[in-house]
Amino acid sequence: MDKKIKLAIGLGATCAGCDIAILDLNEKILDLASLADIVFWPTAMDFKLSELEKIEKNEIDISLYHGTVRTSEHEHIVHLLRERSKVIIAFGSCSCFGGIPGLCNLTSKEEIFETAYKETPSTVNPEFITPKTKVSQDGHDLTLPELYNDGRALSQIADVDYYLPGCPPAVELIERLIPIISNFLETGELPPKGTVIASDKTLCDECPLTKENKMVSRIFRPHEIIPDPKRCLLEQGILCMGPATRGGCGSRCINVGMPCRGCMGPTAEVRDQGAKMVSAIASILGAENEKDLSEDDVEKLMDQIKDPVGTFYRFSLPVALVNKRIKEGS
Amino acid sequence: MDGFEPKIIGFCCNWCAYAGADLAGIGRIQYPPNLRMIRVMCSGTIEPVYVLEAFQKGADGVFIGGCHPGDCHYQAGNYKTMRKVILMKRLLSQLGISPKRLRLEWVSAAEGQRFAQVVTDFIAEVKELGPNPLNQEVAQHG
Repeated sequence: MDKKIKLAIGLGATCAGCDIAILDLNEKILDLASLADIVFWPTAMDFKLSELEKIEKNEIDISLYHGTVRTSEHEHIVHLLRERSKVIIAFGSCSCFGGIPGLCNLTSKEEIFETAYKETPSTVNPEFITPKTKVSQDGHDLTLPELYNDGRALSQIADVDYYLPGCPPAVELIERLIPIISNFLETGELPPKGTVIASDKTLCDECPLTKENKMVSRIFRPHEIIPDPKRCLLEQGILCMGPATRGGCGSRCINVGMPCRGCMGPTAEVRDQGAKMVSAIASILGAENEKDLSEDDVEKLMDQIKDPVGTFYRFSLPVALVNKRIKEGS
Repeated sequence: MDGFEPKIIGFCCNWCAYAGADLAGIGRIQYPPNLRMIRVMCSGTIEPVYVLEAFQKGADGVFIGGCHPGDCHYQAGNYKTMRKVILMKRLLSQLGISPKRLRLEWVSAAEGQRFAQVVTDFIAEVKELGPNPLNQEVAQHG
């Protein structure tokens, strides 16, 4: 095909697993290469930010952005991509919902500096020197991007056209981009704005395991139990985010005996993934003998959930209703 | 804090707590007017997201009233409420919001006096805590 689209892949606070996921297309990546010219992809090739800056407005057809927006540089990249791209896709959970780096919202920049540059046993830093955005030494100006106090999802910075969630996105979902791109090339048509390239149902709906009684009497952490491989993990007491998480990932974790961690984010009907999960867990945990449980018994049951925010909002804290730690009395 | 009048959102179940509030009204029992009450069919229908949204929109406290254990009109809704509230309190405290801002009370339809009492106590407690820390941001961003 002689006509090709221009594709850019930008990144913020990311582990680059999303880049690997794109490479995991294997031979299908040749289909992608026949449809698209890559104009920016710093992880895979030697691209500099200045090259992105030189690109004209709306010159890029489709941009993928993966990673949380965590620093001023990330925000700059987002604005550059948005201005230069006709379509921008939030690629991966960090970009869609803030992701694991978004759990930084439970702490503050000062506390992070305190831990990293002062309190860790291997740190010797009596003057408590921390990263500055600008330092002048011997007539040279050195600069660093500013670390923001909060991590944010792409949609909190710029207008997002499509979402492709997953940590990393499942290859079968990335493959769905290829017909979208080829259709765009042939007809100029695109799916409706805001489309989430995944399933519309919850993971539980697609889960291959058997559900029996939908009750849990105690919680096991994954290392404490060898689960029955055919039966619902939640019913066996393993915290599985399936009831509050979007499907479409192909039940990758479930298929290898691990519970869902919620990387696909909430379904379209759900405003807040963690709150939905609280509701789901509270409804089934201790339900069997609920009439015999005193408040103290329930407290003990809930003690087994070690880190409610970290578990229920593992990938979606920045887009939650209360999306960061607040301080009482401040 | 002087002059601070907390805004409290109350969810009360149709069969017990709301009827209890009604009785308090009929009996002309006085209690502070800070409670904005929403009637729901069962306290078990109160989703954690309602509580979070109330706080996010600036409520200083959230009150949940249901039937005494064993008295739920739908058999077991209030047991689920209890478990949800206990887990929610843990979530709130991790998010830096005092779990005292969320209060669950059992009030029967015959307990008008008790309704007025628990609401008065809760309002006093929230007054002590001061304004919802999220409120500042609500004021800034609308």
